[in-house]
Amino acid sequence: MRFNADRMETATATKLMSAENALETSHLSVRFGDNRVFTDLSFSVAKGSSLGIIGPNGAGKTVLLRALIGSLPFKGTVRWSAGVRIGYVPQKLDLERDIPITGVDFLRARTAVAHKSITDISSVEALVGIPRQVAQQTIGTMSGGQFQRLLIAFALVGDPSVLLLDEPTAGVDEPGQERLNELVRRLQKDRGLTVLFISHDLSVVYRFADNVLCLSRTQTCFGRPRQILTPDLLREIYGGEVSYHVHEH
Amino acid sequence: MNTETLLLSIAMAIAAGLVGAFAVMRRMSLAADPLSHVALPGIGIALALHIAPVFGAVAMLVLGALIVWGVEEKSRATTESVIGVVFSAALAIGSIMTTGENLIEALFGGAGTISWPEKVFGLATASAIVAFIVIHRNSLIVMMVSPDVARTAGINVRRLDLLYLEAFALTIALGLRYLGVLLMGALIIIPPTTAKRLAYDLASMLWISVVLSVISTTLGTGIAVRLHREAGPVIVLVATALFLLGLLPRRRWKHE
Repeated sequence: MRFNADRMETATATKLMSAENALETSHLSVRFGDNRVFTDLSFSVAKGSSLGIIGPNGAGKTVLLRALIGSLPFKGTVRWSAGVRIGYVPQKLDLERDIPITGVDFLRARTAVAHKSITDISSVEALVGIPRQVAQQTIGTMSGGQFQRLLIAFALVGDPSVLLLDEPTAGVDEPGQERLNELVRRLQKDRGLTVLFISHDLSVVYRFADNVLCLSRTQTCFGRPRQILTPDLLREIYGGEVSYHVHEH
Repeated sequence: MNTETLLLSIAMAIAAGLVGAFAVMRRMSLAADPLSHVALPGIGIALALHIAPVFGAVAMLVLGALIVWGVEEKSRATTESVIGVVFSAALAIGSIMTTGENLIEALFGGAGTISWPEKVFGLATASAIVAFIVIHRNSLIVMMVSPDVARTAGINVRRLDLLYLEAFALTIALGLRYLGVLLMGALIIIPPTTAKRLAYDLASMLWISVVLSVISTTLGTGIAVRLHREAGPVIVLVATALFLLGLLPRRRWKHE
């Protein structure tokens, strides 16, 4: 899996990047016409750590992930560490679910593009917990949770070192959400993955994120969950009362 | 109809079945029709210059695909309105430039003899289109799932998209001889739409689409010859009849 976006730099192109970081951005701005989505965003993500991205709807969370993979034009710099391989799990697909494509077809296509052997499909299926008979169904017949697992499996085929997840548990029932969160956490631990994830569930961010990046129309903030997820700051970001449960383990 | 013409129409039908399968899955069905209209002014120019009409059509179709590709980066609504306006205008201009029998033939396809350059072009282009789809089917699937994911997988999304659109445009060019400007879009779309209903995975989708496309073309041409009618409309009616038959079974053809 190569990474060949035009405006990207990898650490080979610049000597300034810290060896411990998987990603560094500085003064990152995205605008659509006259509409500024966010400006002057600078943060870094250490290798093997996880970054939770929070903020109200329309604050540019998905836009940020898409800018990071080079799908959107931006100003500023995005530096990925040398040799980074990105697995991206998009939130919504612009795809009709009634097409006669099975989970196996999807994974096989991804495997071929990544020049992997077909046997990788079964290992990835096992990893994310998709039984073979489910993978052989067409995608339209899968449940929300099964389809999300398939998308994560899809991202894992390229053997990524960084996983970008855009609300991976959206549209999944609560037990399914818990299993998906555990899955991502397990993958991160076992494979040393760097994870960037968007979530509306602040308790999940509190539990799983090493750092939090918050985006809103008026301000951005970056720091440890304990520093960021305070009632005062959340009120400023979301513009109202926000409550969440902290599960201390 | 001689063997060469039959072979040529089968090659065209195979290309149409494969290209159409991806068009239907990518929800491009509605673009097929207006894009084929852009061929008409090309045919008019070619007739005026006394060269084979198909080459004028090819030039305009390649240009038309470039226009679609150029505006595609904007929103879906923009793309659709640009296609609607530009290609309807092309149909109008083409209708003024092409007259009489030539116009009818260009619109609905005609029987006339096929020159050697056209035969060579037809077979070579059909083979190239089939090879393109077969070789790039996996990248096309990944791009269809999500262009963003495709980018992270190292696929040059914009280039692949352009190549697909040009394959699509050339497929239309191949079929103009048999189905004409107005009906070629239908052959690209109807068999894959039937296949989408019957198929249970990607491979079956592609196979059923190709088989139905070939049956529609050959059977349609055969019936047209017996009834002394133009082939194009009969081909589309056969494809439509197969689509209606495909509506009958409630279960997909899955071995269980």
